[in-house]
Amino acid sequence: MKREPNKFEEAGQVLLQEINETGDEPTTQKRSLWSAIAIPVLAILTGLIIGAVLVAATSTSVYEAFEHSFGEGLRTIFIEVFTAYKALFTGSIGDPAKISNALGSGDDRLIRAAFNPFLESLVQATPYIFAGLAVALGFRSGLFNIGVEGQLFIGAACATYVGYAITGLPFIIHMPLAFLAGALGGALWGFIPGLLKATTGGHEVINTIMMNYIAFRLTEWLLSGAMTRPGSGGMPISPLIQESAQIPQFFQSPIRFHLGFFIALGVAWLVWWLLFKTKWGLNLRTVGANPRAAKYAGLSIGKSYAIAMAISGALAGMAGGVQILAVNRSMALGLSSGYGFDSIALALIGNNHPLGVVLTSILFGTLRNGATRMMVVSKIPVDIVDVMQAIILMFVAAPAIIRSLYRLRKPKQEEETAFVSGWGGGQS
Amino acid sequence: MAPILELKGITKQFPGVLANDHIDLALNKGEILALLGENGAGKSTLMNILYGLYQPDEGDIFINDEKIVINSPTDAIDAGIGMVHQHFMLIPVFTVVENIMLGQESVKFGDFLDRADASKKILEISEQFNLPVNPNDLVRDIPVGIQQKVEIIKLLYRQAEILIFDEPTAVLTPQEADELFDIMRSLAKQGKSIIFITHKLREVLEVADRIMVIRLGAVVGETTPQQADKNSLAAMMVGREVSLVVEKETKVPGDIVVSIRDLLVTDKYQNIVVDHVSLDVRAGEVVGIAGVQGNGQTELVEAITGLRKSAGGQVTLMGRDITHATPRKITELGSAHVPEDRQMDGLVLPFPTAENLVLCTYYKKPFSKGAVLQYQIILEHAKRLIHDFDIRTPSALTPVSNLSGGNQQKVIIARELSRPIQFLMASQPTRGLDVGSIEYIHKRLVQKRDEGCAVLLVSPELDEVMELSDRIAVMFRGKILAIVDSQLVTKEQVGLMMTGEIPEEGFHANENRVVERTF
Repeated sequence: MKREPNKFEEAGQVLLQEINETGDEPTTQKRSLWSAIAIPVLAILTGLIIGAVLVAATSTSVYEAFEHSFGEGLRTIFIEVFTAYKALFTGSIGDPAKISNALGSGDDRLIRAAFNPFLESLVQATPYIFAGLAVALGFRSGLFNIGVEGQLFIGAACATYVGYAITGLPFIIHMPLAFLAGALGGALWGFIPGLLKATTGGHEVINTIMMNYIAFRLTEWLLSGAMTRPGSGGMPISPLIQESAQIPQFFQSPIRFHLGFFIALGVAWLVWWLLFKTKWGLNLRTVGANPRAAKYAGLSIGKSYAIAMAISGALAGMAGGVQILAVNRSMALGLSSGYGFDSIALALIGNNHPLGVVLTSILFGTLRNGATRMMVVSKIPVDIVDVMQAIILMFVAAPAIIRSLYRLRKPKQEEETAFVSGWGGGQS
Repeated sequence: MAPILELKGITKQFPGVLANDHIDLALNKGEILALLGENGAGKSTLMNILYGLYQPDEGDIFINDEKIVINSPTDAIDAGIGMVHQHFMLIPVFTVVENIMLGQESVKFGDFLDRADASKKILEISEQFNLPVNPNDLVRDIPVGIQQKVEIIKLLYRQAEILIFDEPTAVLTPQEADELFDIMRSLAKQGKSIIFITHKLREVLEVADRIMVIRLGAVVGETTPQQADKNSLAAMMVGREVSLVVEKETKVPGDIVVSIRDLLVTDKYQNIVVDHVSLDVRAGEVVGIAGVQGNGQTELVEAITGLRKSAGGQVTLMGRDITHATPRKITELGSAHVPEDRQMDGLVLPFPTAENLVLCTYYKKPFSKGAVLQYQIILEHAKRLIHDFDIRTPSALTPVSNLSGGNQQKVIIARELSRPIQFLMASQPTRGLDVGSIEYIHKRLVQKRDEGCAVLLVSPELDEVMELSDRIAVMFRGKILAIVDSQLVTKEQVGLMMTGEIPEEGFHANENRVVERTF
């Protein structure tokens, strides 16, 4: 892990190069950094402002206060919004007061507890990273993989099976084996629509959606049949995985922070290396950016699509595997709360770049984690939190709104964004 | 009489570029004014200002001596200014009448479209200006030349007095272009005033009343077709003497490099598009394929380069059968391909110039070691080619989409010609390029031929084929009508053959003229 920051620095530069004009002078670097993050930052800000309006508008106490007097109403709005956002912050990053107290006391347990909200955000971010990478790699290769959710379920099922059914292996073999099984399961589930596209031209959007349904029902059937936990009384839940298959958590319960987060960072680096440093990656990206030119250059477009879908599926499978092996330790149907679908938005926000995906995943994990706390403390219904998240996403996904709202100039340069050429797929 | 349109001191600054530098322009009623300049000289910026798409930083626009401000295309149309864009603004699935009335619909009973009324008006215009169209045809079903007429009628329908034609011949066959010039003359005769934007010298000399030359955003001179000739115009446009004639020595060609025998290619509806074509290309010669676009040249090229499956016949390269080989295999055997559509086929636009320069070879040493791309070497390679081929780009990492058309083409030329090759397939290598770039690319092609490479050239520009080729194969409806020695035929004879006719007379009179004939 020691070399990690170095390489991410490099990745960051590559990101800037790819997103922006590659000026040699440092001034353009600085400007390009701002233009790279301006949209997400302003989108989040706008989302929070609109969220505040929502919080105020849906709170009964605000209306009661307004009946009393206008000033009272404004005051209540301020208190409500402040409480909510404070809870969001302390729930996802941590309470600054608690942290400084804990650090002052020097008590290990207190320190860990104070940092737990942030660590929990990273736990939430981990499956997002894998799933986001899956979508991003697909987009870069010219594929819209909507099937991440299904690939995640299949991956989770495979990891679970290897996790509980094989006994007597040492940790050093069993855990990686179970994780790899997850990746393989996802890869298979992605490869099928990839192969269909390569051989028959069947559109991956439709086929991956259908593969999702098959995956959901298949895992349900497995969990209530072949893979069901003895004595669960018909509940669709798998046996607990062996201890030797578990991805270790670093601290005692309730802190769930685990090795999987670092595996995710490593895999993100690997995906970046694959996409931008190897000839295979250039192959995938060329087909993604211009299939006709790829054909002219002598590449096999079908092969590239099939391989890309398999890799994308493998990454999605890892998202399922890591949740099982590190957090849940057994499989139930509520495994994913839409990681696969959120990751589409996430990958787009991250400009389909591994570093962007990692950063956006941490943002998503933080929001999701903080929202829980916000719900508990300020009694804001979870629906409002969902709506706020959706608004932030909409702003990020539609940069034109943010640009016109804040009068930002359109980037002059055409960026290397991977995109799917319309829903029709364009390429055959 | 006061000019109908006058631009005074128009200045437009873009970040880093002064696109228009105090441009003065006057257009008289009933006049065809040609605006000549290389790509990027500022012609389009000026016209976009006139059409309301950009606002000038300085300067005023007068129509009939009256100062006006044009904030949008709507203002321009209201002021009687209409523009025929290079890429047509038509909706393919609408009929001609629907496209023309769009935005200015004829209605009856309140809001119901009155197609009959609009059709009547369209037919009147079509009659008056000799622009035959069928109002009820779907736009997607009619040829490009007719689509352009629809665009022109659209402007006349809106009572435009000033018509701007932006590179109107780029999409037309030579015959369609000639027809367009007739239309432009007739429009001018009936009192319309025309601004004609182009970089093609022949067209300017043929159709313009007055010529204004723009270079680097400023007017560098004004002349008339009577006073000017191609050489003087080219020199004004580029700013130096340009050789318009390709210099090449006669050479005795070497061995056969590419041999095409009875090649048969069908389209997806099983229509024959390349009809039993046989052709040899020898080392050290340029064989040009002349023909009006759409006579099977594209399919022939695709079949030779492995991009399209052939239905019969055989293609060999250096004696090896490549009829069913993959594009990569053909490339590896020592062939290069400059594709017809550089942006669609030849380049990956969002990728850096450096990556585009290794598009066909990135997987091989030294650009890849194992699986890992050697970016250091790729960059050095790019810098060398950028220097050698004079590619104007801010850096090797600049996305190739930011380069001008001429420089994009240079990227392809550099990539394909810098490899050790025995065969070069050049398909429309200078399409849409300006004089300076054309001169350069022609030189490079001839140089490759002189090095002993076999070159097969496909171009709808007859001048280009005539000047570059040692032998000319004329293609018509998928067949090769004749293969002739370029030294022994006139342009007129080849032009006639392109329409499917064999000038029997002249050919029989001099047996030497027909080198080979295939039927």
